[in-house]
Amino acid sequence: MELSQQLLQQLINGISLGSIYALIALGYTMIYGIIKLINFAHGDIYMVGAYVGFFAITQAQVSILPALLISMVVTGLLGMLVEKLAYKPLRHAPRISILITAIGVSFFLEYASMYFVSPTPRTFPEVIDNVAFHVGDLVINGQQLLILGITVVLMAILTYIVQKTKLGKAMRAASFDTETAQLMGVNADQVISFTFVIGSSLAAVAGVLVGVYYNSIDPLMGIMPGLKAFVAAVLGGIGILPGAVVGGLVLGVIEALVSGFISSTFRDAAAFAILILVLLFKPSGLFGKNTNEKV
Amino acid sequence: MGTMLKIDNINVYYGAIHAIKGISLEVREGEIVTLIGANGAGKSTTLRTISGLLKPKTGKITFLGGNIAGRPAHEIVREGISQVPEGRRIFAEMTVLENLELGAFIRKDADGIRKDMEMVFRRFPRLEERKDQQAGTLSGGEQQMLAMGRALMSRPKLLLLDEPSMGLAPLLIREIFSIIEDINKTGTTILLVEQNANMALSIADRAYVLETGRITLSGDAGKLAASEDVRKAYLGG
Ligand SMILES: Nc1ncnc2c1ncn2[C@@H]1O[C@H](COP(=O)(O)OP(=O)(O)OP(=O)(O)O)[C@@H](O)[C@H]1O
Ligand SMILES: [Mg+2]
Repeated sequence: MELSQQLLQQLINGISLGSIYALIALGYTMIYGIIKLINFAHGDIYMVGAYVGFFAITQAQVSILPALLISMVVTGLLGMLVEKLAYKPLRHAPRISILITAIGVSFFLEYASMYFVSPTPRTFPEVIDNVAFHVGDLVINGQQLLILGITVVLMAILTYIVQKTKLGKAMRAASFDTETAQLMGVNADQVISFTFVIGSSLAAVAGVLVGVYYNSIDPLMGIMPGLKAFVAAVLGGIGILPGAVVGGLVLGVIEALVSGFISSTFRDAAAFAILILVLLFKPSGLFGKNTNEKV
Repeated sequence: MGTMLKIDNINVYYGAIHAIKGISLEVREGEIVTLIGANGAGKSTTLRTISGLLKPKTGKITFLGGNIAGRPAHEIVREGISQVPEGRRIFAEMTVLENLELGAFIRKDADGIRKDMEMVFRRFPRLEERKDQQAGTLSGGEQQMLAMGRALMSRPKLLLLDEPSMGLAPLLIREIFSIIEDINKTGTTILLVEQNANMALSIADRAYVLETGRITLSGDAGKLAASEDVRKAYLGG
């Protein structure tokens, strides 16, 4: 294969992977935007999403789209529950308490899952025909098309909700200035709940899609993608929605290029090297304004 | 005229700091009442307690006969109290129009909202010219107008204004104060917090003077403006 073609091929692979990161990163960034919490349990929410999808397909025998919907609803409710039980009581506590709680929730979800579904990895069933489309020498497979299609649709819906609906406006207002939003009549508790529902259901979709893409899921599968998506959110500028999408895509492409042209062993190192570079040179991220806010 | 708002011996704390020490005051329907005092006297704390952002430890706040002390802010605005916060606090990353829409967040009557939006634009024509602009790019005076327009969009019975003159040029202060008088004339009762005591006393019916968490003087605004004590302490001689 020619170099330019190989480059394009890695681009396709990178955008697929990057879409997954973007879906997870959106939740990180939305939750950070509204309660200034790096929700370290978010990767595990994604894992639960993958399992809910898995059981919907294998036990309830539904096809991929209903499985995605079921997973979004169940995982969205789980995210809401986590916020109500674990984070809400700490709303006025020092930020470090809630951060430590998030790490606790993360372990809880990982080990509770091991207890209930066993630590053994599960083989995700084949839900779409194993087709591959050839464009010249480029190959794009069915799973990649599914990931891209679903991601695009979800981004469009999310953009509509956030930009046009009353609830979306309330979310943006509360992210910018919770107190003043309350003076407008916005119920901050409701908006926070809603944000966790949306963020968690996007992560659920990512979980199911990863199952479809890599065929394997396990209770600790959320750790690495969770960290990567966090890097993506920081890269784009934490709290900024388009930043999370661009950050996820950039990260996915860089990882694909590194594994395609150098070695896949350096893939993860590349992601964290990016985090360090961003924190050193543009801590506010690609889309962030350069403020001196202490985080 | 009837009492609209009655504050009865409230105490407000920030942790161990006792910021409001047993304040009582009253606002009657149709009035402009002003609360004046030096930096840190507790003016904003009083307003924020009325609007529900802070909860009094003890005491009662009655609005149109119902007790509102301790209720959350998002409910109190539904009762008909709207606050223009100190420093404007507009949603800088949203457009002027979106800011005004948020002001009408509690309402569902699309027609009424549209009419009130027109009313706000008539009152502040500069906001209409800039309605699709990001609110953060407005000048200080325009931001103050937006904060006031936003507060009016909920159709308040009582409007709480926290230092609307802050950081504005004298000419603009005059304009803002004449708009406040006008808002009052069209039926909105006003509780105005100011450091600019001269201007505030000139448009108010009655006034309260706040000193380190206590009310030290109160009465007819004109009489207070003429009083020797107030002149010395707040009006520059
Ligand atoms: N968030 C807070 N935490 C602790 N103390 C506070 C807080 N906000 C205000 N205070 C204190 O409460 C007192 C009253 O403050 P407040 O902001 O109500 O004064 P103010 O009259 O509005 O002053 P200014 O004219 O400067 O706005 C001050 O001593 C202030 O230091
Ligand atoms: Mg103040």
